[in-house]
Amino acid sequence: MARRYDSSTTTFSPEGRLHQVEYAIEAINNAGTCVGILAKDGIVMASERRITSGLLAPAKVSEKTYQLCKHAACNVAGLTADANILIDQARLRAGRYQYQYQEPIPVEQLVEYVCNYKQFYTQRGGLRPFGVAFLFAGYDEHHGFQLYQSDPSGNYSGWKATVIGANNQAGKSLLKTEYKTGEEAEESIPDLQEALKLAVKVLNKTMDGTTSAAAAEKMELYTMSMEDGECAHNILNKVEAQKVIDAVEAESASAGDS
Amino acid sequence: MDTVVGVCYEGGVVIAADQSNGRSILTYQTNLDKIAKLSSHSMMGVSGPNCDLVNFTQYVAKNINLYELSNDGTKLSTKAQANFARGELATALRKGPFQVNVLLAGYDDKTKGSLYHLDYMGAMQKVKYGAQGYAQYFVSSIFDKDCTENMTEEDAVKIVEKCIKEIHTRFLMSQPNFIIKKVDKDGVKVLSFDADPADT
Repeated sequence: MARRYDSSTTTFSPEGRLHQVEYAIEAINNAGTCVGILAKDGIVMASERRITSGLLAPAKVSEKTYQLCKHAACNVAGLTADANILIDQARLRAGRYQYQYQEPIPVEQLVEYVCNYKQFYTQRGGLRPFGVAFLFAGYDEHHGFQLYQSDPSGNYSGWKATVIGANNQAGKSLLKTEYKTGEEAEESIPDLQEALKLAVKVLNKTMDGTTSAAAAEKMELYTMSMEDGECAHNILNKVEAQKVIDAVEAESASAGDS
Repeated sequence: MDTVVGVCYEGGVVIAADQSNGRSILTYQTNLDKIAKLSSHSMMGVSGPNCDLVNFTQYVAKNINLYELSNDGTKLSTKAQANFARGELATALRKGPFQVNVLLAGYDDKTKGSLYHLDYMGAMQKVKYGAQGYAQYFVSSIFDKDCTENMTEEDAVKIVEKCIKEIHTRFLMSQPNFIIKKVDKDGVKVLSFDADPADT
């Protein structure tokens, strides 16, 4: 019976659900994992690169991380083709805002715009929702560094640390124990280096079975920080990434839970 | 024919405008308020025909208000407001121009007081002091002589009043009444007027 409502994204099922939208959200849970962590002096985003074939030419610089404007970037989980459309929209919006006000767009406004665009596709007939979830990292003068996640339904939320994609439940539970929140949180918010290591730790858990030998190719590590009053975007190269991965390896070995 | 003058001081901006509303050889009223409040901490002194003056100030003020409503109370900075107004003037220039020249003043926590000088063609300049209309020819020398760094509100008001006195003595047109407003950390405030704009 429910199948009748599967074909139409815009019709509620008798139980009051939108199946296609739920399936799209479910599809994200099988996509490559992305981790985002808010640090004291910036933001870290780490994502899983899935190597489908040895013959495939590897990405030149980045595969999962896209810069949207001077002060915002995103990580993609889901269909890259769908994501490209949304990223184009986000870049256009950021550019238009800069043109109109000669000021950078507040991060949440940019996120909301992309999410409104996604929402539109869950309500208009004959259209398929975007099979994409994002992690957005950004900086603005109103609220400093910010981290958001969004799903295909067009919902978005702000986070201190979060995981999207495959095994995100396991990743989130690890973050819950490792990332301090609450009263004493201000003191113990990690700096960029600590956040990088935590992100790798989470990816190690979600990408179970990955040996550290090949890990640098399978992880994309990104940091956003402030340098001379400007937002600095940095995708770690193979050597830098391996260094972080080795440091995590060494720590867990010395902790004795290898 | 209108006069608008503005002076920045340490922590705010003062704007004065004449209160005459007329067309051709006729004076309609002399208690008009040509300094519109755009948001809690910004205002715009406008010179031009009354129709464009009202139309443009309302359009800008309402759009700034709409921005705040649709973005959880996020405020546009004075710079953003000025650039928005400039953009609208420039867009309108190729269709049906607003015949308005503007002094836009605002206060931000970070940059404190700032003043922008815009003409109807969409040229914009951030200034320490400025004037619109024939007044420019009379008051520029006063600004040049009296404006200094680190002025207080009293200093700025004194300069503006000196400008008004100069216009009263030397300008051929009759501009009997002036309204003076300021914007600082506490928002926009009317300092004085010669004729109450509320009177009908």
